[in-house]
Amino acid sequence: MSYRVVHYINQFFAQIGGEEMAHVAPELREGFVGPGMALSQAWKGEAEIVKTVVCGDSYFAEHEKEAKAQILEWVKAEKPDMFIAGPAFNAGRYGYACANICAAVQEELGIPVLTGMYEENPGADLKNKVLMVATANSAAGMRKAAPVMAKLALKIMKGEKLGASCEEGYMPNGIRVNFFEKERGAKRAVDMLVKKLNGKPFVTEYPMPSFDRVAPNKAIKDLSKATIALCTSGGIVPKGNPDHIESSSASHYGEYCIAGVDDLTADTYETAHGGYDPVYANADADRVLPVDIMREFEREGKIGKLHDYFYTTVGNGTAVASAKGFAAEYAQKLLAAGVDAVIMTST
Amino acid sequence: MKLELGYIQINDIQFSKECKVENGTLFVDADAVRAFMYEDDDVKDWVKSFSFDIAKPGESVRITPVKDVIEPRVKVEGPGGVFPGVISKVDTVGSGKTHVLRGMAVVTAGKIVGFQEGLIDMSGPGADYTPFSKLNNFVVVAEPKDGYQDHKHEYEHAVRIAGLRAATFIGEIGRNVTPDETQEFETLGIKEGIEKYPDLPRVAYVHMLQSQGLLHDTYVYGVDAKRSLTTIINPTETMDGAILSGNCVSACDKNTTYHHQNNPVVAELFAAHGKTLNYVCNIITNENVYLADKQRSSDWTAKLCRLLDLDGAIVSQEGFGNPDTDLIMNTKKIELQGVKTTIITDEYAGQDGKSQSLADADPLADAVVTGGNANEVIILPKMDKVIGMLDYVDVIAGGHAGSLREDGSIEAELQVITGATNEMGFNCMSAR
Amino acid sequence: MVKEIERAGIPVVHMCTVTPISMTVGANRIVPTIAIPHPLGNPALTLEEEKAIRRKLVSRALEALTTEVEDQTIFEV
Repeated sequence: MSYRVVHYINQFFAQIGGEEMAHVAPELREGFVGPGMALSQAWKGEAEIVKTVVCGDSYFAEHEKEAKAQILEWVKAEKPDMFIAGPAFNAGRYGYACANICAAVQEELGIPVLTGMYEENPGADLKNKVLMVATANSAAGMRKAAPVMAKLALKIMKGEKLGASCEEGYMPNGIRVNFFEKERGAKRAVDMLVKKLNGKPFVTEYPMPSFDRVAPNKAIKDLSKATIALCTSGGIVPKGNPDHIESSSASHYGEYCIAGVDDLTADTYETAHGGYDPVYANADADRVLPVDIMREFEREGKIGKLHDYFYTTVGNGTAVASAKGFAAEYAQKLLAAGVDAVIMTST
Repeated sequence: MKLELGYIQINDIQFSKECKVENGTLFVDADAVRAFMYEDDDVKDWVKSFSFDIAKPGESVRITPVKDVIEPRVKVEGPGGVFPGVISKVDTVGSGKTHVLRGMAVVTAGKIVGFQEGLIDMSGPGADYTPFSKLNNFVVVAEPKDGYQDHKHEYEHAVRIAGLRAATFIGEIGRNVTPDETQEFETLGIKEGIEKYPDLPRVAYVHMLQSQGLLHDTYVYGVDAKRSLTTIINPTETMDGAILSGNCVSACDKNTTYHHQNNPVVAELFAAHGKTLNYVCNIITNENVYLADKQRSSDWTAKLCRLLDLDGAIVSQEGFGNPDTDLIMNTKKIELQGVKTTIITDEYAGQDGKSQSLADADPLADAVVTGGNANEVIILPKMDKVIGMLDYVDVIAGGHAGSLREDGSIEAELQVITGATNEMGFNCMSAR
Repeated sequence: MVKEIERAGIPVVHMCTVTPISMTVGANRIVPTIAIPHPLGNPALTLEEEKAIRRKLVSRALEALTTEVEDQTIFEV
């Protein structure tokens, strides 16, 4: 049995016409049309295009909602193993349509999708959402793009693990994948430096990210009435690490009650963190999580109350996304408990 | 400064009453190695016993928890001796002749002190990720004396010295053996270099040394790197063991002593020297836990790059997390001096690969080589034999509760494998 | 993590040693601490001296929480 694919192309590749025919509404045709032939041939019978959706680029742009609804209905009825759009090369509206119809099929129907286009096509803005093969900037690149897309599509339909973007030919999509280069890292570094020194183009293996920002919240008006919570990424846990928080790459956070605890001692608390010398924190965990001082301030009336629970995890090697998830979750608990402010300590 | 390395290829190791190298086989008397290790008072004080084993490439063997990997070498001509300031006297090394027992290593293993020791599989999928699966390993398993948990710093020191002594003893066996191959490395004086290669870009290697405390230390001529300012060293000095690992950050990206002896950046820069660049020297700098230290050390690095009139620098890192800041500070400041950089690091992008890979970032770090994502999960099948113990698999960095499964296989991140994502660029692994 | 707490609407102060990371990841109120293995202590001192330093650092953190800021601010101690 071969895998079944629905293919999406525009009026130009369906040979209806160019810009003057870009207004045509979507239509459904049997089998492959135009560039679908190259995909079919590459699959050698392992997969086939069962239906082709043809839609004018202007129509999609101007009637996106209707176009999507119609196409989703057809795709749903067909129950294909995969939905492929394009490749769109550098055609802006075609690229936009390919990316957006793929996103819709993936989200609404849960069917894997693939498209292809030039990296500067505006449709490529969705590259972190929709898997895209990087192509040349004109249809002359079809001969190169079709086998790459066909191979990648087959891998996805077979449920095989995808290699790194540079091996498979898809655009970097924010998911880092390991693979083995031909040269060792030190050689690659020397070669890259020599290129950089000679003003020749080079490709970094890890483009620097940009970070988002959150505006600061309003300050606390009256400390003496405020409930303050302590949180830490320094891995402070009750002695024995009852929830087995990992020493690195923590998979969860800990929530521990400190009501009635005046001081963290070597007998009661320790650190689970594997990234720093634990001797000092194990001897006195207040060095990381200052419960002793917060209690003093509570008694003196400097602060209203130290929150009864503290939240803790190990920052060491823990993925930013996980850490973000932990904090987003316990921030809601803190809110619900009426906490006014947080002191977060890090090692 | 000129050093000749004479490589003696070792294809097999056998226990024997006699110590010798014959037709590529090292014969070694384990009792003599033990006696030599116990000549040290600290070893005597903290190590109850040693046991020995041999692990060869392709065998169904797992070594864990691994502390350090050391290549046996011996100085046969020229001043000083191997591991200066620690095993030998502090004389400057890096010139004359040194014999290398290539194709083997001394591996120290045993009960862990912290969380950060690793694992070497000699066959199976895990073997692809560690360079040490390709070596004949003479494994020293140390058993601490009771109460060592309260004296971690002392015990760590004792085991480190024991490993270096074992390597020194074995290296000595190669003293009078004729090498199979020799290679010469030379670093010129600043002026000489400019005169000889007036048209080649001047490049140095900025070598960052992990220096964060217990099991996170590196020693240079016996000096703890955290107590030193950024300084200059001849590349050949590192080949004689001037830089030692006292170090177990996550196993995947700690630089073992073997990495320092066989520094791949040094090797590749020497290979390009006189052709596409003029390799000036190494700059060593630390990764400390105080912010002021980080600032001072990275300022100093940039300052030296400028003083040496460099055109380019390669920066290598060790460890991850806050050392990412040292890396970025160094890179940014060097670039701001007008010196172009390429940096080598690794990534902690999460098991799904979707997270931010480094803790810090800057647009000036625009040429990055990566050793791969250390969070990637791997399944390591059961091995027929374990050297050391499996007791710590769940708690070492990269493991989790349940990492060691009932059938003896291990599910863990690449982090647990010694040398897997090395940030000197020792391996071919990368990520995109 | 700090950012997620801020995003939830709770003012937060980040006490950490490596303030450049804190700046890069986007904390708004930052108090620099002593050293990575012991941000709020110093084993080289006596217990009492250590506590005095910790008191000073935590006080500074509370001050940060009561100070309006518009941008990322480091509250030096």
